[in-house]
Amino acid sequence: MSAPGEPVLRVRDLVKHFPVRSRGVVRRKIGDVHAVCGVSFDLHENETLGLVGESGSGKTTTARTLLNLERPTSGSVSYRDRELTGLSRRQMRPLREELQIVFQDPYASLDPRISVRDIIAEPLRIHGRYDEAGRAEVHDLLRLVGLNPEHGNRYAHEFSGGQRQRIGIARALALRPKVVVLDEPVSALDVSIQAGVLNLLMDLQAELGLSFLFVAHDLSVMRHVAHRVAVMYLGRIVELAPTRELFARPSHPYTQALISAIPLPDPRKERARRRIVVQGDVPSPISPPSGCRFRTRCPKFATQLTESERTACVEQTPELTDRGTGTPVACHYAQPLELL
Amino acid sequence: MTETTEATGAMDGERPPEEREFTVVERTQAQLVLRRFLRHRAAMISLVIFVLIVLWAFIGPHLWHYSYQKYTPDNSQPPSAKHPFGTNSAGYDSYAQVMRGTQTSLKVAILIALGSTFVGAVWGAVAGFYRGVVDAVMMRISDLVLTLPLLAIALVISSRTGGSWYWIALVIAGLTWAYVSRVVRSTVLSLREKEFVEAARALGASDARIIFRHLLPNSLGPIFVNATILVATGILTETALSFLGFGVQPPDTSLGLLVSQAQTAVDTRPWLFYIPGAFIIAIALTINFIGDGLRDAFDPRQQRVRQ
Amino acid sequence: MTVGDKGYAQRPEPATPTEDTVLEVDGLQVAFPSEDGLVRAVRGVSYRLERGAGLGIVGESGSGKSVTALAVMGLLPAAAKVTGSVRYRGSELLGLSDTRLSDIRGSGIAMIFQDPMTSLNPVHTVGAQIIEGLLRHNPDMSKRAARDRAVELLGTVGIPHPDRRADSYPHELSGGMRQRVVIAIAMANDPAVIIADEPTTALDVTVQAQVLEALETAREETGAALVLITHDLGVVAGHTDRVAVMYAGRVVESGTVEELFYEPRMPYTLGLLGSMPRMDRDDDRLTPIAGSPPSLLNLPPGCPFAPRCPMREDRCDRDEPSLHVVDAGGHRSACHFADRLVGMEAGAVFEATGADNESLARLARSDSEASSEASFEASSETAAEATAESESANDMNGSTDGTYGKGSR
Repeated sequence: MSAPGEPVLRVRDLVKHFPVRSRGVVRRKIGDVHAVCGVSFDLHENETLGLVGESGSGKTTTARTLLNLERPTSGSVSYRDRELTGLSRRQMRPLREELQIVFQDPYASLDPRISVRDIIAEPLRIHGRYDEAGRAEVHDLLRLVGLNPEHGNRYAHEFSGGQRQRIGIARALALRPKVVVLDEPVSALDVSIQAGVLNLLMDLQAELGLSFLFVAHDLSVMRHVAHRVAVMYLGRIVELAPTRELFARPSHPYTQALISAIPLPDPRKERARRRIVVQGDVPSPISPPSGCRFRTRCPKFATQLTESERTACVEQTPELTDRGTGTPVACHYAQPLELL
Repeated sequence: MTETTEATGAMDGERPPEEREFTVVERTQAQLVLRRFLRHRAAMISLVIFVLIVLWAFIGPHLWHYSYQKYTPDNSQPPSAKHPFGTNSAGYDSYAQVMRGTQTSLKVAILIALGSTFVGAVWGAVAGFYRGVVDAVMMRISDLVLTLPLLAIALVISSRTGGSWYWIALVIAGLTWAYVSRVVRSTVLSLREKEFVEAARALGASDARIIFRHLLPNSLGPIFVNATILVATGILTETALSFLGFGVQPPDTSLGLLVSQAQTAVDTRPWLFYIPGAFIIAIALTINFIGDGLRDAFDPRQQRVRQ
Repeated sequence: MTVGDKGYAQRPEPATPTEDTVLEVDGLQVAFPSEDGLVRAVRGVSYRLERGAGLGIVGESGSGKSVTALAVMGLLPAAAKVTGSVRYRGSELLGLSDTRLSDIRGSGIAMIFQDPMTSLNPVHTVGAQIIEGLLRHNPDMSKRAARDRAVELLGTVGIPHPDRRADSYPHELSGGMRQRVVIAIAMANDPAVIIADEPTTALDVTVQAQVLEALETAREETGAALVLITHDLGVVAGHTDRVAVMYAGRVVESGTVEELFYEPRMPYTLGLLGSMPRMDRDDDRLTPIAGSPPSLLNLPPGCPFAPRCPMREDRCDRDEPSLHVVDAGGHRSACHFADRLVGMEAGAVFEATGADNESLARLARSDSEASSEASFEASSETAAEATAESESANDMNGSTDGTYGKGSR
């Protein structure tokens, strides 16, 4: 893993709310889904930043908002000092060559009626770059991602899931972007297939100097690909640390619970492991808990804190700052813990 | 654990490892649809009959020795070798007239299907793609068109435009496109949520490109099915109009007009009434079966067993 | 809390059925007719389950692991052709009538599916559904006692406020809660075998941990044997004693979890372990298995894994290896060269392939050339937009010939 360079993407206080409307003719607004609430981070050149969280954590919404596929409610996203929020689709178009996305579902993300060669040529056509050189490039891209270029006139459904995801990657790379958002790129794939896609992504980054925002729910994948990991819970980042440190000494109770919940493919270690089991389910993002959003499930809140200590959890939103652990963490009582 | 080894089905011999890369038998969407259609017996028989009728109606007149406009000395003859469908009281050869009538009716029906499918598909796709206010306004217009009594409006308009077949077709198409627009809109509404549409947007594709390159081609299944149904509707509507005297005007003729002209002769010269009537029924039925076959072939629930 | 030794035996599977054998599957085969011919989803699966034992069945999508379970429960569609033998406490299940089978499904063997809604009735409260199971099993039980027991069961599987939750309808509960209700229903019937088919796949990790814990509780309370079907090797490692790995409709390796995870003797198992990103290790590079699983339609002769196997030899394309014992403890592998895998690491067998190096280098080169033009391009942004616009105009005219690319560079 090479050292990350300058920040290319800067995200500050990003907020995205989706209105919830009543049924019926009038469809009054009756509330908001607080999908993303004040997320800030930098993505550096040649870096993979992992964005990890369970369903409802807002990680996918964050990713899509960065690319202006969703309009943020407030906050700012800038790419190399150019503000992206508020750009019209026309203003955004040249920037699409710099910022690309790979989707989760390799089945739904490729148009079933277009040949694979045309799928990869599509970005070049849109940006008026599909000439002789462009045709050769499509050929090269297919080979790059490990597909036989002679199979270019087949349709997506003739390929396996892993191959389709490679096609999706080739399409995202066609415009030679600098930043690629990877939205759960391997979670729909079988293990034996996903390793190949992960290797491919790492090779691409090393050679082409890409920056990846890697969104996933699987922490073990993160350990493998990310330089830094941001853990999200109910629309907020609760901990952001270099990968090695995050796994060695997680400080937020949620990160700790997450790490201890993932089963290890190692029977002896698995039996001897210390488990932190959190209670219940993720609360509804329509009315998130006050103060610390994790407090309703927090094992520390439930068992270790005194009544007076809990008041802070209920009343004050913990900011994401360094609390003496060396990395930013959003817990009033953060304490590193060794789990692995 | 006892293992029963079982001779594996060695049906297709040695395949190079390269080829085994494809776990799905190589087959395009179109091939799958075609296969399913070919297996639909009623649709296949209907298709053959329909093609024969079309060939007969368009090529037949060039080979037959009577023109539909030519008087013959034989008045009110029952079917015979000389006049297979008989003649009417004015001495016209009914065989020539039915051929000409079928031709006109088919032309009308196909123009209706093409016109209303094109307008309806684009209308529905645009409404479904933009949703919101655009959708609301466009769909209210569609609804309005749907509520208009087709026959009454067609009667009023075609009585002012004279009896040429393309005017009649355009008038009917102008009242039936709304059906197509509703079907295409609902298809597009679900398609636009697919990730490949979002992918196109992330690549910077324009709305027009998304609609015409991604959404409409993926709605072809329902569009085809509806187009066939519209052909049948077109035939029947034209027949009704001509029967009421507001469709195709003599000396030209259509199946509807032939039936209408023969209504007083049902008892005395039944061949004049029943033969064009049978053609109307045959065309409408075969097209409905073809539509059924297409619908089954395109139906996504008809996926092959997946493992 | 630690997951200690559960106390259930790590003994090898006995060669012949004993009194303790609750479920015995022998030479099970399942085929589905399809448009293109027969899909042979399961091609001879055998296993034996002792009382209280835990067997994990691991495989990727299409390996036949779920179909095996459905065949055991007699839940396959009528079109499926099932042969072989499935014996529950010595009596044959295949070919039984639906009524007899549902008797056994009700009491002897319980099934937990990936989607809990397949086993919950949406119009009855969860409490009523547990009570129904209890009364079916103990007809003499009073309504009152049944209700109390139902609430107790809900508490056992970790549902908070079980007395109130008993009156909830399934749709009012979250996915994890529903799955726990299904486990409670399974416990109510006091089964001898619980078959859990990907019980946690649809759930988040923290909820998965809760549900797996509930499953452990259910097993301890009822003493039932467990068949845990999953694609996740990690889940199996901590929750079963034995594992069977399935590939292309057959078991290709079986043994205790220790044998399988520490000394795999089938290249496929080794490959799976090598391709798993692990949280407890800093691997530089994963070793994927090239290619994808074969179609179960007209499977060519030989070992089904051969096309993806780096150890493949000519023999592998001819003979399909049988599942044979490879060392003392009942460790079995279906590989001709199982012995060669002793002490091998995945990295030594599989290649850590990634991007195609040649085209990667070419792309990287042209990238650095392009970056010198980049400044120019930024200033001609409007020109690029104009091209893009005229292009979409082309689209409006329905042009699809793809030759209208305007070389902007």
